[in-house]
Amino acid sequence: MTISGESLKATSQKKSSKNKIFIEIRRDWCKGCGICVAFCPKKVLELDEHEKSSISNPEACTQCGFCELHCPDMAIELILIQEGTK
Amino acid sequence: MTKQILFLQGNDVCVEAAIYAGVNFFAGYPITPATEIVERLAEQLPRKGGKFIQMEDEIASMCAIIGASLTGMKSMTATSGPGFSLKQEAIGYAVMAEIPCVIVNVQRGGPSTGMPTCVSQGDVMQARWGTHGDHAIITMTASNHQDVFATTVEAFNLAETYRTPVILLFDEVIGHMRERLIMPEPGEIPLIERLRTSVKEGTDYHPYLPRDDGRLPMSDFGGVHRFNVTGLVHDMWGFPSNNPNIAHGLMRHLVDKIENHVSEIAKVKEYYLDDADGILISYGSPARSARHVVENRRKRGIRLGLLELQTLWPFPAEKVRDLCSKAKYILVVELNMGQIMQEVKKAVEDPGKVFLANKIDGTFISPTDIRNIIRLIQGKGV
Amino acid sequence: MAVRDYIRERFMPHIWCPGCGHGIVMNTLIRAVENLGLRKNDIIMVSGIGCSARITGYLDFHTLHTLHGRALAFATGVKLGRPDLHIIVPMGDGDATAIGGNHFIHAARRNIDMTAIIMNNRIYGMTGGQYSPLSGYGRMATTAPYGNIDQAFDIVELAWSAGATFVARTTTYHAHDMVTILEKAIVHKGFSVVEVLSQCPTYYGRKNKLGDAVEMMKSYQKGTTPIGSNAKKQNPDLVERGIFVQEEKPEYCTEYEKIIQKVKGEKQR
Ligand SMILES: Cc1ncc(C[n+]2csc(CCOP(=O)(O)OP(=O)(O)O)c2C)c(N)n1
Ligand code: SF4
Ligand code: SF4
Ligand code: SF4
Repeated sequence: MTISGESLKATSQKKSSKNKIFIEIRRDWCKGCGICVAFCPKKVLELDEHEKSSISNPEACTQCGFCELHCPDMAIELILIQEGTK
Repeated sequence: MTKQILFLQGNDVCVEAAIYAGVNFFAGYPITPATEIVERLAEQLPRKGGKFIQMEDEIASMCAIIGASLTGMKSMTATSGPGFSLKQEAIGYAVMAEIPCVIVNVQRGGPSTGMPTCVSQGDVMQARWGTHGDHAIITMTASNHQDVFATTVEAFNLAETYRTPVILLFDEVIGHMRERLIMPEPGEIPLIERLRTSVKEGTDYHPYLPRDDGRLPMSDFGGVHRFNVTGLVHDMWGFPSNNPNIAHGLMRHLVDKIENHVSEIAKVKEYYLDDADGILISYGSPARSARHVVENRRKRGIRLGLLELQTLWPFPAEKVRDLCSKAKYILVVELNMGQIMQEVKKAVEDPGKVFLANKIDGTFISPTDIRNIIRLIQGKGV
Repeated sequence: MAVRDYIRERFMPHIWCPGCGHGIVMNTLIRAVENLGLRKNDIIMVSGIGCSARITGYLDFHTLHTLHGRALAFATGVKLGRPDLHIIVPMGDGDATAIGGNHFIHAARRNIDMTAIIMNNRIYGMTGGQYSPLSGYGRMATTAPYGNIDQAFDIVELAWSAGATFVARTTTYHAHDMVTILEKAIVHKGFSVVEVLSQCPTYYGRKNKLGDAVEMMKSYQKGTTPIGSNAKKQNPDLVERGIFVQEEKPEYCTEYEKIIQKVKGEKQR
């Protein structure tokens, strides 16, 4: 997969398992609609000064997947990294 | 082996020819005087493993044959005036997306519901320009059942060769008249099958990149190659584009692939033209009366000839000009208000010597009608 | 496969406005296809014209972008040509129920095996906010400057009475449900209709002062309820969502195949 433009990555630790989650936001696809920000139950995301979604509070993420599934621009991906494969 | 001789309506002949050509998908909606085509294919197609569907209207029928053709089926629909009007938008789609298909229009009187059971040739210009936008199209016709057969097979061949919709413009008289047909043997008329791409699975396939000879190899939609098909201006992958160069190139390709091949596509029949002082130009059922007049006059030593058009679009203008160059007068015989006469006027050197013998009352034009007009013309001193 | 493997990435970002519900439908549909384990070559997607119809350009299936309202008619020909493939037909509400309304009820009546997804934003998005058969009485649109006096269709009832054998409604807020519903709709053998309430913040939202995409999705959250819930009894204005119809009936292509088998051997007249 090629990613044009800057992509922000942040990690969040899943408390219940040893798995790591990356939330990847493709800034060049994000149109700043705010859906992910408004509906994230843990207030993990916010719109930055460029009106793009960014991760402000990664630790709080519960990997519920709401943001990933509801982004109209497919700009958010939760990437599960199995411990040991990194 | 003795040949099979059938006695059929023109509409039935059209069906027999379509089956001979390998039609395996038909979608249509009943309308006089084309209904027999719909009914006969409903009966015949499943016997051959083909598929028939009566759609909810003619728009849907046209769309369905385009969809089926894309997947690799030889597809056809049949209708008359009102239904032909409904099909126009989708015919333009088939032009733009370059999808082979055959559309039969058994013409009746119009406009609107007009004269459903009466003969007319009023849809000649609609066949040419019915769908919006600049485009080229192939339209053919026939005056007898042997020709209905050959022309129908040819329509499928041309549709596949040029990846284009082909319109068969018959008329009520041809559709309903019963006449002898000597059934061609399998293989007697060559069939042109779809040119399929040799590009392997997993290799970048360009559905809209013409070869050097202008032909576009197809890949059956839903098969090994995934591509996009659209009615928007598109690039060689079939994806929409607003690039003026691409738009220009596509428009030129769509028109040139047909207009630059007029001499290969367009067919005419010539009767006594070499020394003719007067030339009748006709097509479809009126060409029968015209031929009758010509044969009759010749018996009396009068130098009359007949140029029968089998292809209306692209119009064989050069051929008409050449063949008519020595004639003192040209009489176009047709069942409309001069739709082909105007083309003839544009084609010949002296439009002043082009006249019209027509009827627009739903009745057939008889040899006497034509003779009367010839007398009038000659009274004018031509 | 990763979700992005289903997208033709070179065309991203897509043309839809910020917050457009159509993007959520696309997102969700990809996941349904992925969950079903379908290969990209197993799916033919046929669309008409409209903002919604542009979805075909972005997804890496066999894609056919046709005429306004005619997607189901094209799809019928395609399906008869390739009965073995899954046919998905995403449509706008105008596309499906105004200009394409006749094709819609007849495809449903035939019970031909395909999945119609109606991305119902209650307006004509692509042409700039004219009212659709789903706008509803009293709503505003550029062609209803004094309020709409057209009554709206109920797509579920329409599809149901026309003979569709799978009928469901969901919203872009309920995307998790949507994934499950789409999976069931795609594997259902027969004509499946999935109505998705999909926000058009640019026209329907703005014209009717419904706020931005987030506000409109909240209204789907609050304004809908699962089929047969108690909430519906208390508040009849709530719109029900879920699967309304799921039944087996003879499917068109299968029936036609039977005819072929029956008459193929028979003697000609
Ligand atoms: C025959 C025809 N009539 C009108 C149009 C113009 N047109 C394009 S899209 C559209 C309506 C789109 O609304 P809808 O189907 O609800 O889809 P949306 O854009 O809201 O997703 C119209 C009227 C057209 N393309 N073709
Ligand atoms: S939902 Fe998607 S497009 Fe909207 S702000 Fe979040 S990341 Fe950006
Ligand atoms: S996965 Fe859930 S909790 Fe984590 S950022 Fe997305 S919406 Fe918030
Ligand atoms: S106009 Fe409406 S439907 Fe069209 S892309 Fe914008 S938000 Fe979506």
